[in-house]
Amino acid sequence: MENLLVLTHADETGSALTRASLETVTAGLELAARLSASLTIGIVAADSTSAAAALASTGARLLAVSGEAFSQARYATDAAAVEALCRAANATIVLAPGSSRFTRVAAGVAHRLSGFVDTHITSLGGADTIEASRWFYRQRIEAVVSRNVRPWFLLLDAGTHTAFAGASGTAKIEEVAVQLPALRTTVSGFRAPQQDQQTIRPDAKMLLVAGAGWTKKQPDGQIHAAEAGELILGFLGATGASLGSSKSLVDQGGEGNSVLPFLTHLNQIGQTGSTPRHAKGLSTCCHGEEPHVVGWRFIADRRAISLDPNCGWTRGKADVVYVADAFPVMAKVNALLEAAKA
Amino acid sequence: MANALHIVVCAGIVPDPLQTLEPVTGPTGPGLKNEMVLPAVLDPWAACALYEAAALAAKNPGSKLWLVSLGPKAKLQQVMMTVAQKVPLELVPIDGPIGGFPDAHSTAAVLAETIAALPGLDKTTLLLFGGWESATRGAGVTLQLVGERLGITDQFQGVDQIDLRDDGSFEVLERVEGGKHQLSVCAGAPAVLGWATGNLAEPRNNPQVGMSNMRTIMPALQKARAAKLDANGLSYVSVSLPKQQRTTRVVKDLTPDEIAAELVAWIGAE
Repeated sequence: MENLLVLTHADETGSALTRASLETVTAGLELAARLSASLTIGIVAADSTSAAAALASTGARLLAVSGEAFSQARYATDAAAVEALCRAANATIVLAPGSSRFTRVAAGVAHRLSGFVDTHITSLGGADTIEASRWFYRQRIEAVVSRNVRPWFLLLDAGTHTAFAGASGTAKIEEVAVQLPALRTTVSGFRAPQQDQQTIRPDAKMLLVAGAGWTKKQPDGQIHAAEAGELILGFLGATGASLGSSKSLVDQGGEGNSVLPFLTHLNQIGQTGSTPRHAKGLSTCCHGEEPHVVGWRFIADRRAISLDPNCGWTRGKADVVYVADAFPVMAKVNALLEAAKA
Repeated sequence: MANALHIVVCAGIVPDPLQTLEPVTGPTGPGLKNEMVLPAVLDPWAACALYEAAALAAKNPGSKLWLVSLGPKAKLQQVMMTVAQKVPLELVPIDGPIGGFPDAHSTAAVLAETIAALPGLDKTTLLLFGGWESATRGAGVTLQLVGERLGITDQFQGVDQIDLRDDGSFEVLERVEGGKHQLSVCAGAPAVLGWATGNLAEPRNNPQVGMSNMRTIMPALQKARAAKLDANGLSYVSVSLPKQQRTTRVVKDLTPDEIAAELVAWIGAE
């Protein structure tokens, strides 16, 4: 029988579990039921009390590694914590959220336990075994993999399961002691744009993608980068959408061309960017190269505004394509959204 | 010379992103159709790591830069014709399979063994660089595994910036959720840094650098040792292209006002 361990960690508050952790709990409950496996949930947090309370209704054994050293994400401490949890649970299967925190350490811990790891899992199937789906070649080829060796670590992509939302209650927590190595790394904090300038919003329902066309010459022969910036930020402000960008537009900044000052490489989607998950996506002024399509793999409902009716992006990849100039369209969209708000 | 570093960059080669990829299953498992004839490039994120490593080495006299790459010798030679013109490096090629389907643990074992055996490598000044994910397997685990095998427990992933201080310590920016960077300070080498895009543009081709590099690259390629990768219990149930082909409605005859009205209705729809 498999011993299933679900790893979770706290968010920046230090006590509440992250959404991705709660999604992994759901996956763990489903998998444990299917395999008739024992289920243990491990918590890494500065204070695991409230996190454990949120998991009380799972009925799972709860293990925790707590303390100030675990309030921050750092390889040495997190690897030690996860290793201790895995050993305490005697886990054969380990499910963990594919967060930056656990992605940083999962492979290292798997190696310490003579185990193996697969990441970016989007679904777990199979009958008596575990068959995990993941993408290769930057979301261009989909594969289902299995392993007959244990322990097997599986890191789940965010947004692939519903977040666990059971009733809060009193939970019995087993604290696991951790022997920490000498620490050479100190986490100083986070750097982010000011709140009103933050254009990356993973929880947004919509993704707006800006392509290089925004900073190309317009029909009057001039570049209107400032106007483009106002239109894009106006849309983001009115809708709360997240902003993605093509690589070519971000790269223009490094080449001394007109740029949208709020764009960074973090906005980039596609081959060397992210592949975000949002319910809707609106693409503007983008070409249709395959790398760009890669960035849209997990957008459910896709529309595009493009001047090129024969663009490869338009055929078979978007649901609706408006053959039009994005400048007047987005100006009108913003005006309508503002009017609706008023 | 206080900060003279030994920087090892692990970088694979990948099919040019603009190529159409089609999976096929062969006697050794899944692969890509016509894989050996597809044009290849240096893995994009690992390439960023290489450029950052070269910049760091240039700023710290006495530093040395190795590029460790596993792939078929012929493909490595093809890719190096371009890469060698970018930055000064010493190539350490390993003749092995190409592609994203071999197991990452086996790849890491071969890389770690090779790095540990590099002549003259000082592990106390080692910065192990690479891409935080590859454009093939995209698992983001190989570099971590190499680091663990080399006993390095200061690891950073999704790195966009490193600032080395005079005392050998460094500040590092790692990508975390929500469009933020986590800022950490590490006491110094040894450390593992899996790079995202970084901040540097691709260096221009420099024929002089290319000629200098090729003097050592060609003999290294000829002497490249062959590596066989174990499956480690990994099996593929299926490998396929995504099937969803959308029925696209192309709207050519609406005014901007009409398009805007339709979009606003769509945005507001549940």
